[in-house]
Amino acid sequence: MKRSNLVSRLELVSITKQYPGCLANDDISISLMPGEIHALLGENGAGKSTLVKTIYGVVSPDKGDIIWDGREVSIKSPSIARDLGIGMVFQHFSLFETLTVSQNIELCLSKTQLNAIGNLAERIVQLSKEYGLNVNPDRYVHSLSIGERQRVEIMRCLVQSVKLLILDEPTSVLTPQEVAGLFDVLRTLSKEGCSILFISHKLHEVTEICHKATILRGGRVVETCVPQEETPASIAKMMVGDLAEQDAGYAKKIGTKSLFNVNCLSLPAKQPFGTSLKDISFELKSGEILGVAGVAGNGQDELMAIISGEDERDVKNSLTLEDKAIGHLHAGDRRKLGMAYVPEERLGRGAVPDMSLTENTLLTHSDGFIKKGLVDWPSIQKYTETLIAKYKVKCHGEFSEAKSLSGGNLQKFIMGREIGQNPKVLICAHPTWGVDVGAALAIHQALLALRDQGAAILLISEDIDELFLLADRMAAVCDGHLSPVVKTESTNIDQIGQWMAGTFINSNNDFKGAKS
Amino acid sequence: MIRIQARTEPSSMMKIASPLLAIVLTLIFGGILFSAIGKSPTQALHVLLIAPLADSYNIGEMFVKMGPLLLCAVGLSLCYRANMWNIGAEGQLLAGALGGSAMALYFVDSESAFALPITLLAGIASGMIWAAIPTFLKLKFNSNLILTTIMFNYIALYLLIWAVHGPLRDPQGFGFPESAMFSDATLLPTLFDSSRIHLGIVFAILSGVIGWFILSKTHLGFQIQVFGADEPAARYAGFSSKKLSWLVMLFAGALAGLAGVSETTGPIGQLVPNVSPGYGYSAIIVAYLGRLHPIGAILAAIFMAVLYMGGDLAQIEMGIPVAVVSMFQGVLLFFLLACDFFINNRLAFSNHATN
Amino acid sequence: MDSDLIVQILFAAIKTGTPLLFIALGELICEKSGVLNLGQEGMMLMGAVVGFLAAYGTGSAGLGVLAAMLMGCLMSLIFAALVLHLGANQVATGLALTIFGTGLSAFVGSGVVGQTIQGFQPIAIPLLSDIPFIGKILFTHDILVYSSFAITFALLYVVNKTRIGLTLKAVGENPHAANAIGIKVLRVRYLSVMFGGVMAGMAGAYMSLVYTPMWVENMTAGRGWIALALVVFASWRVGRIMLGAYLFGLASIMHLVLQGLGWSISPNLLAMLPYVATVIVMVIISADQFKEKLLAPRSLGKPFDPRQMA
Repeated sequence: MKRSNLVSRLELVSITKQYPGCLANDDISISLMPGEIHALLGENGAGKSTLVKTIYGVVSPDKGDIIWDGREVSIKSPSIARDLGIGMVFQHFSLFETLTVSQNIELCLSKTQLNAIGNLAERIVQLSKEYGLNVNPDRYVHSLSIGERQRVEIMRCLVQSVKLLILDEPTSVLTPQEVAGLFDVLRTLSKEGCSILFISHKLHEVTEICHKATILRGGRVVETCVPQEETPASIAKMMVGDLAEQDAGYAKKIGTKSLFNVNCLSLPAKQPFGTSLKDISFELKSGEILGVAGVAGNGQDELMAIISGEDERDVKNSLTLEDKAIGHLHAGDRRKLGMAYVPEERLGRGAVPDMSLTENTLLTHSDGFIKKGLVDWPSIQKYTETLIAKYKVKCHGEFSEAKSLSGGNLQKFIMGREIGQNPKVLICAHPTWGVDVGAALAIHQALLALRDQGAAILLISEDIDELFLLADRMAAVCDGHLSPVVKTESTNIDQIGQWMAGTFINSNNDFKGAKS
Repeated sequence: MIRIQARTEPSSMMKIASPLLAIVLTLIFGGILFSAIGKSPTQALHVLLIAPLADSYNIGEMFVKMGPLLLCAVGLSLCYRANMWNIGAEGQLLAGALGGSAMALYFVDSESAFALPITLLAGIASGMIWAAIPTFLKLKFNSNLILTTIMFNYIALYLLIWAVHGPLRDPQGFGFPESAMFSDATLLPTLFDSSRIHLGIVFAILSGVIGWFILSKTHLGFQIQVFGADEPAARYAGFSSKKLSWLVMLFAGALAGLAGVSETTGPIGQLVPNVSPGYGYSAIIVAYLGRLHPIGAILAAIFMAVLYMGGDLAQIEMGIPVAVVSMFQGVLLFFLLACDFFINNRLAFSNHATN
Repeated sequence: MDSDLIVQILFAAIKTGTPLLFIALGELICEKSGVLNLGQEGMMLMGAVVGFLAAYGTGSAGLGVLAAMLMGCLMSLIFAALVLHLGANQVATGLALTIFGTGLSAFVGSGVVGQTIQGFQPIAIPLLSDIPFIGKILFTHDILVYSSFAITFALLYVVNKTRIGLTLKAVGENPHAANAIGIKVLRVRYLSVMFGGVMAGMAGAYMSLVYTPMWVENMTAGRGWIALALVVFASWRVGRIMLGAYLFGLASIMHLVLQGLGWSISPNLLAMLPYVATVIVMVIISADQFKEKLLAPRSLGKPFDPRQMA
């Protein structure tokens, strides 16, 4: 691939962006050729999102130049970016659920672009065929799956004849099979000369389709490489630095006695655009971790809410703890029986942002700290100090507000607080999402230690690798259905991937029908 | 060049300074306004703020006005802490006045020692009922609390007007829409001979202390604060939103009802159509100015009572319409909200221009 | 009841519903963009008093309406600056606006209480007003009622058929996404809040220039609040707001209806009717939580700070 005679599609020169308390981008320079698929790699907080938002005009840099097709440009807003031919697919999609696909696309187009296109719906259908995107312009976005929504976002860029497509962690929300489809589209685009900037932290994907990779750490470029010439391990080392302590494989355990059961739980969605749960049954045994894989929005949140009692609907006999029905109990009473939870949303659910760590300890751990309705603040404070020390939570002390902690440290604190209550059952969602490698390791070990004490753990995660690492048994959810539960050793990524896409649903129902 | 910059941690200094700064800015605004309409700003501000504290009679009257303001504001502080947007203190106060007066009129010929406590309890219960209906409608039918409580303010007002024109009108009152004067057995005792200060102010200060105790010492108070600060976290922790909603609303209703019945059995001595000059609405400002803290509410209620007194005096002495008080209240809240911006942000002065 | 009385009652229902229609349409647009402005009552009172003062001073009711619209707009700008720029709590700021407007209107209007002016005169539209029954009800009003018809139909078109309507919905549903695709969220919200102010001013002018026509303290009597309930009642849809406004208008003139039926009930109890009706309607509408969540603009009441990292 000799491209030296061509002009770069995009060149970033010394981009710098300072946020209060955080230098997000520090003197970053990158260049992209036409048709190049370029990976932007780095841990959470490395500055990837800020950088691409700068290119798309959402964030204005404090310093630095952007050179587009050989001339310096100033991209002050997304509409300027779009006029240049830059399209972006966001990590958290920027679609409007109450509007149709074509209305969503229309909002991104200027009047002149719209006039040039003529009939927008027809254009969408035509492009959809051309790239195999399968997007129907008249459907409302809320009725689309996550994968379909992503295709709508890509369509939104294609309609504007895009020259540079930016994708922010596009595969984190897809099943392995959907990822393959996405890569086909990207390869087609690349052949047509469209440059692609691809943010990811999944290394095997990067080595699979990217021509070049830039690795960011702490807001700076630490390395540029050709992924095909590297191994995932060597790239990982560049991403996290020298202290890369990788999780080793852990021994799998077999649970002993049955602790917690979900029996034929069906529940209509409470929120508009939510997922209804369909006939979910599983058993959680003492001393095991049950992993549940699934793309976000397939019923994980609803399942967690009904188990924890945050969803206050009465499902009396569908939930049992040690053979006692708990589905009618209030959330607080379920906690008293030995249930604990680590929610996906750390700040704003797992911890109150504006309250101190001491107060956040009391949030769920009141046992022994309340005397006749009065709070024993000094004891809680002392206990919080021990939590901070034991779980190596980096903070200014027990008076620090929860929001002043980094994601990883807050997660360690929440994990410690929940484990400190010696729960019989721990329900844990996405425990290491957005957490640095060191904290993730500590969290994994805390979970395994709790399992080895005899607790039952339900681990809900989008990260399949993590599930294979930790879970003793596994299942997947899709559209509110739960797949069969199998031992981790007796399954593989491909099978779980297919289950995430829902292949089990029909056969499972037939099986049930035959049984009854 | 001046820029606005987000603070990494909220400023605890600004949290306290903000209400004071808001008061100063409101006074400056008032000064400009008074000069604009041709009144001497110094004289006007003197009449509004200093004169009410100039002699013992005025100070006594100030405490009379402070009582209902504080009672309502303490209840509202707890409600707002729990994110229950109760705008209904006015209606709950009127309901308390109405219910309490009905009981007082039942005791109109009585000299029983129980007459006063029962009358007060009737007022408290009426206020609680008036708070309970919107609470029930919110919890059961998900209706908007702000709007229902406001509607119940209007309903209470017309109910009270209807009552003084109809069933509770003094038969010997020459057709005036007023009840008969209450018997001494149902009047709140005054604290000093020379002034109208009555037991109501003791209730009010006590309520402030109780409110403070609940919020800062009890687990319930902690749960209330979590609910207000972060509702998903409260649900996650398993706190019962129903229990807490009932608790704060009934507490607020009881205090507002007590404020109402204390007005009719205290300084007024009968039921009249204009029991309250909008105490229930002003209490919203008091609660905010006091940082939704019951002790802060005590200080804020003193300021607001002075303003009320000053408004009366300004009308008598300078011919300034008494509505100036409610306008000042609005301005005060505006300034407070604006100053609060600087709790989480600051002005940054930089010499070099960006880019 | 004879048909003349029915015509009279329906005519009065439209007249009484018109200020509600103005103010609810304004609040609707404001809420569609995700901003909850509880200051309607205050803006409306300021519109009423300034409209009256201007008409009283110049002798022109038309100038009165213009002044009222301008005043409503200025009031809404105070709200917008606090809420949109300084991120102040929308509920508290709205309440402050109402308290401020109530006080300021009483303050500036204290000199003209009880004065009367020449308000707008009814204009019977030729031909249309001759249609039996309907003609009298719909086409013998004054110019402000006709403009409320026009504004309703214009909004029906703008909200449902144009890109402006799409943008408004997008901002109200997800301001962060809207910002990411380059919609100027704050600008859209500013304009929506200002539109709400202008409409509240008009509603106030209608009260003081047509409906009474005079200035009395607190003359709006909670209409600003009822309008807020009306927006919920109408499930954020323009057409239903018109229907709802006239139904509430009808509830407020129930005494006419009851007189027609020959009943006699205390006027003070009847005065409660619109408020009781509002509560009942809100209970019925909100009981279906699922539906309300579906229809309400999803970012309603939540602040949006473009400086934050999304």
